Amino acid sequence: MSNAIWIVLQQRDGQLHKMSFEAIRAGQDLADATGGQAYAVLVGSGLTETTSQLLGLDLAGVLVADAEGLEDYTPGGYISVLRPAIAEAQPQYVVFPHTYQTVDYAPSLAQALDAAMIPETTGFAVGDEGVEWNRPVLGGKLESRVRAKPDQQILVSVQSGSFAGDEVKKGSTPMEPVEIDTASVDPDREILGVEEAADEEVDLTQSEFIVAVGRGIGDPEKIVILEDLAKALGAELGASRPVIDSGWLPRDRQIGSSGQTVTPKLYLAAGISGAIQHLVGMKGSQVIVAINKDPGAPIFNVAHYGIVGDLHEIVPAITSAVIEAKGG
Amino acid sequence: MRIAVCIKQVPDSESRLKIDVAGTWIEEEDLTYVINESDEYALEEALRIAEATDGEVVVFSLGPERVREALRKALALGGARALHLNDPAFFGGDSSSTGRALAAAIACEEFDLVMTGSQSDDVGYGSTGSIVAGILGWPHAWLVMGVEIEAGGTSAKVTREMESGLNEVFRIQLPAVLEIQAGINKPRYASLKGIMQAKRKEIAPVDLAALDLSPAQVGAMGAKIEVLEIAFPQRGEGAQILEGDPADVAALLVEKLQKEARIL
Repeated sequence: MSNAIWIVLQQRDGQLHKMSFEAIRAGQDLADATGGQAYAVLVGSGLTETTSQLLGLDLAGVLVADAEGLEDYTPGGYISVLRPAIAEAQPQYVVFPHTYQTVDYAPSLAQALDAAMIPETTGFAVGDEGVEWNRPVLGGKLESRVRAKPDQQILVSVQSGSFAGDEVKKGSTPMEPVEIDTASVDPDREILGVEEAADEEVDLTQSEFIVAVGRGIGDPEKIVILEDLAKALGAELGASRPVIDSGWLPRDRQIGSSGQTVTPKLYLAAGISGAIQHLVGMKGSQVIVAINKDPGAPIFNVAHYGIVGDLHEIVPAITSAVIEAKGG
Repeated sequence: MRIAVCIKQVPDSESRLKIDVAGTWIEEEDLTYVINESDEYALEEALRIAEATDGEVVVFSLGPERVREALRKALALGGARALHLNDPAFFGGDSSSTGRALAAAIACEEFDLVMTGSQSDDVGYGSTGSIVAGILGWPHAWLVMGVEIEAGGTSAKVTREMESGLNEVFRIQLPAVLEIQAGINKPRYASLKGIMQAKRKEIAPVDLAALDLSPAQVGAMGAKIEVLEIAFPQRGEGAQILEGDPADVAALLVEKLQKEARIL
């Protein structure tokens, strides 16, 4: 295996996904820590403009698979060009942003290469017997440290917010993109279109105050206590995924990786344990208040103020206190 | 259509967790176990397709004795029968070795479709369905939010979740593996009749000898990844925890938001 580290970026219509830069930073850190050489890899169609966005970054090179059959992402299309290229160049590590697209195809790619796939990593350290990776388990309540068994090629995806995408290392090496052979492109899906997941659109991204409810509410009829608090605060009501999946609130109220990403002045989370998919959608809020009966809930790690207890008692009490503070 | 559904039994998300003596997983005694959430949705979706096509659903699960309870529940919901991959050789694996065992068991029969949840709520690799698909040589799709069987069962129109509130719609050839996202449907509850019927349905044990695999291909031995340690995450600065009875703590919070955070 070579000391190369390939960073497979995600783009759509030539636009680089924000997490692509986090993956670049992760790959650069991994290169520093292991004495490797980081290369960016782009897959798609008409990528000249996109490739130029990588100029001036600290990379050993850029590899591009550019073909019409790759315009729309399909796992078959991507794997048909990446597998032979990786098998030939033998990079020790292949780094991906941990996106819904990556999880759709990277495990299959790893299998085709007989490589180890370590998804959703949040950090790494070089140990005696190889790189050790951190990743959340059990909804983020615990963190595991894992390692690929020896002598394997390693594919790894990096979770959102774990590496500083806005602090990608700059370099001065001029780079001429290297073409990846695309003669064997083999798409395995007939793309029919893209649609909005939610029927109506409540835009929570502009809200200054958000009251969010999670699975801990237990009963959809009890959501009214959060609605009362939202009304008292002049806030919008949001929710974590389980509440939406249960049909207790419409999907356009969902906050998190598959819903909206919000940064209000105040985010009050009631009965939300704080799985990473939720945290990535709200941790940029100015002030976070968490109410949860489990003192070990990961939401308390990102909250500024925490209350451990029964939300059914605490939320109505806060509503009264807010009304009183606002002068009745 | 004949549909294989793979389910995993996982600790209830409300469980209080304790780290085990080895420090690599949680103490399993005293835990309540449930069917993994997205697997419940996968089972429901499979039951609907089977009902609409006069087919049947066969349920697969890998794990120790306790897993029988999850399989029994799946049968009460409408599964025709179940296969339980219950052999210590299968345990302690990762997605690649677990997927290999499941695929080998599935390949013993003819199926038109394999359905499973997109991700387990405990380890959360989200890869097992991909591995099963790769071994069967079938296409697959992860994070599926809609399935429409087309053309007499030779293809399916699949809706797949993307980031930021968008769904992607595409056609995939069958047979395929579909990894279902939670929220695709509204899972049914088991009826009393279903629970009674489930008692007579078969849960067939499957051991390593029944599959054409070596011990080195499955379980912990066949895994590509090893867990070194599991720990409670280090807290950052952590929340300022406010204490008191509800009225006091509410008043304290409002005061903090006004005077300390200055946002009210």
